[in-house]
Amino acid sequence: MAIKLNEICNQEEKIAPGHRACHGCPETIIVRQVLHAITAMGKPVITASPTGCLEVCTSPYPQTAWRVPWIHNAFENASSTLAAVWTTYRHFVKQGKMEDRDIKFVVFGGDGATYDIGLQFISGVVERGQQIIYVCLNNEAYMNTGVQRSAATPLGAWTTTSPVGKVIPGKTEHRKDLVGMMVANGIPYTAQAAPHAWRDLMTKTQKAASIEGPSYIDVITPCPRGWRFPIDETIYLSRLAVETCMWPLYEVEYGKYKITSRPTQKKPVTEYLKAQRRFEHLFLPENKHIIDELQRKVDEDWERLQKLAEMD
Amino acid sequence: MVEAMVKKPLIKALEGDKAVAEAMRQINPDVVAAYPITPQTEIVMEFAELVAEGLVDTEYIRVESEHAAMSSCIGATSAGARAMTATCGPGLALMWETLWVASGLRCPIVMAVVNRSFSAPLNILTDQTDMMGSRDSGWVQIYAENHQEVYDNAIQAVRIAEHPDVMLPIMCGHAGFVLGHTLGRVEVLPDEVVRKFVGEYKPLYSILDIEHPKTIGAYDHWDYFFEHRRQLFEAINNALRVIPEIGQEYGKISGRYYRLVEPYRLDDAEVAILIIGSGAGACREAVDEMRQKGVKAGMLKVRCFRPFPADEIVKALKHTKAVAAMDRCECFGAEGGPLFIETCSAFFNRGLPMKMVDYFYGLGGRDTVPAEFCDIFRELSKIAETGEIKPPIVRYLAVRE
Amino acid sequence: MALKGWKELEPGVVILEPGNTIEYKSGRWRTFRPVLDMEKCIHCMICWVYCPDSCIMVKDSKIVGFDYEHCKGCGICAHECPKDAITMIEEVKAKAEEVK
Repeated sequence: MAIKLNEICNQEEKIAPGHRACHGCPETIIVRQVLHAITAMGKPVITASPTGCLEVCTSPYPQTAWRVPWIHNAFENASSTLAAVWTTYRHFVKQGKMEDRDIKFVVFGGDGATYDIGLQFISGVVERGQQIIYVCLNNEAYMNTGVQRSAATPLGAWTTTSPVGKVIPGKTEHRKDLVGMMVANGIPYTAQAAPHAWRDLMTKTQKAASIEGPSYIDVITPCPRGWRFPIDETIYLSRLAVETCMWPLYEVEYGKYKITSRPTQKKPVTEYLKAQRRFEHLFLPENKHIIDELQRKVDEDWERLQKLAEMD
Repeated sequence: MVEAMVKKPLIKALEGDKAVAEAMRQINPDVVAAYPITPQTEIVMEFAELVAEGLVDTEYIRVESEHAAMSSCIGATSAGARAMTATCGPGLALMWETLWVASGLRCPIVMAVVNRSFSAPLNILTDQTDMMGSRDSGWVQIYAENHQEVYDNAIQAVRIAEHPDVMLPIMCGHAGFVLGHTLGRVEVLPDEVVRKFVGEYKPLYSILDIEHPKTIGAYDHWDYFFEHRRQLFEAINNALRVIPEIGQEYGKISGRYYRLVEPYRLDDAEVAILIIGSGAGACREAVDEMRQKGVKAGMLKVRCFRPFPADEIVKALKHTKAVAAMDRCECFGAEGGPLFIETCSAFFNRGLPMKMVDYFYGLGGRDTVPAEFCDIFRELSKIAETGEIKPPIVRYLAVRE
Repeated sequence: MALKGWKELEPGVVILEPGNTIEYKSGRWRTFRPVLDMEKCIHCMICWVYCPDSCIMVKDSKIVGFDYEHCKGCGICAHECPKDAITMIEEVKAKAEEVK
């Protein structure tokens, strides 16, 4: 269904203002877009979050920003928790104790909680086919605890646990390909999305909400605080990530790859790197090889993605 | 082999683990999320058969770890489901973080714990370290001595946990292998009677209530955290009143009445052993043997360890002259084990004197025979006679030096 | 307002009133505030879809203003507006104007 901004703008906000997220934080931008997309389908939604920025900022007792049911359990287990809520819901519907309102179940979790400590849990939920939509708010580090590196942190990035020193210039590993792992896990639907591409993100949300089984959407979440850029450039950074193919927009439906948005002109990664101070050390002559490696990997992955998308 | 409906009280020969599964069949919980670990496996395997045969309506989530098991149970109870699970030993250790979440969010989950030791070294046999190690988690903890109690505890546990004055998760412990894998005589109540006794779960709130959206598991700053915790101190202490109440009600339908502690030949005892769990069986024999020899021996079996029944223990033991507390757990670094320490504290708090020694025993499945309990009684008699405890106060039973 | 004691709090860590963060005036965080030139605004809703704080007020598919009680002044709306209809001005100056 076509998503029209001038229609959905009249919908109730499912997340209230007054939450404690930083100025320009993309997490709540993404949450708003996802929840509006589901509301536009006329479906009720129940949400969950692991421990992290979103959780802490939206639930400072006795206040809550959530206008939909929301549960927080612990750091690694939001997927299992909400999956069990879904299982219970199906059970009550089967027993006739509850009406089937086609409720959608959405987890909003950070990359730390998903790529690292929560990996086992989401893999288990996907393997068992429990029907949740997992939206990963991927700001590429453990932001809430002070910008520590996660498996989602890109090569060369400064974080507080992969700092830039005389001997080691930032993170020494490429980021994990969790979407690829989800495909290998046999997930019915998975995708990468970005908040500047609101139509793409909302369409993917609605797709995830329409398929049977679990789905995983990895959303790049440019964090002004952790990535070190001005607070009004959040959406601009999201656009750059996609235009440089650092964060291609694609989806995988039952193993079939599709690129959902191509950059009109593929920009060099330096355009993206120079916009954030977490990469500024890479522009020193002795670190040029890291930029080269990043560009090589981006090109290689983009080539591979295009080939996968061509396969039938 | 799965059995069909029980229409009248039936005597069955059941393994302890299967007695739990039988109780679970009759309770018919909404959700079970469990992960296999020796020696709890019989429970999850038996229950899986019940599910496959359609003898229960339970949604069985075959999780990928114990942490995921407890996480799922928390999710399920928050959605208004009656949830049960089972684990032991390192499995319980793996869910440690979530034990506090379960009690903090007031999820009345019923968990069978097939008491097993902790690694390292790896040992799959029984002792009580798993439940003793998690005694501070805000879970109610009760233990079974024999197969009948395993079955009876599982059923009463549902009512204790879901009682509005408690509304906390509960652990029901029974000795791995010793009770779990051996056959014992169990009188199984009719399905209808159990169903009526456990009734319907009435949750405080449900996240599925989309008309009234709730935020569950908020972040507390220092301004509210302590108040939320104070509620839990109150709730678990309420179980001291609730457990005997439920035990009385259960007695009316089964003929077996349950309390917080169970004395054996204690009324006129001069020397007594304080013990939890299956070891009470061998100790009981030792009491009889010593009585025959003219020693005024007695035993106090503690059924409920959390909340700690201080009043009941002191009342039962204060007239005796010497007591040995039996601690079957590897809880290191204190001047004694939990049962000993908390009993000493109970006496001290009431300004009452008591001569008490502590025995660590049976770790890693080491069996304790009646003769060894008789030795302890002889030791206690010496203490009662001389009024003196020759150090050490904390001892290790049947350990090779 | 006096904080509730443990006997008055609901059991469990649950908040029954949805969206009550609205009572918290995050607008106090502002050092810059957005100002809209209605003449230039085409009501495309781009600012609305990118606002982290749900502070673009909409009525019948038209932008009607900003929720200054909660707007943190991040400036994303001004940055993204395709018609440059939004300008960020210093909060101190804006407040001074208001007082006048």
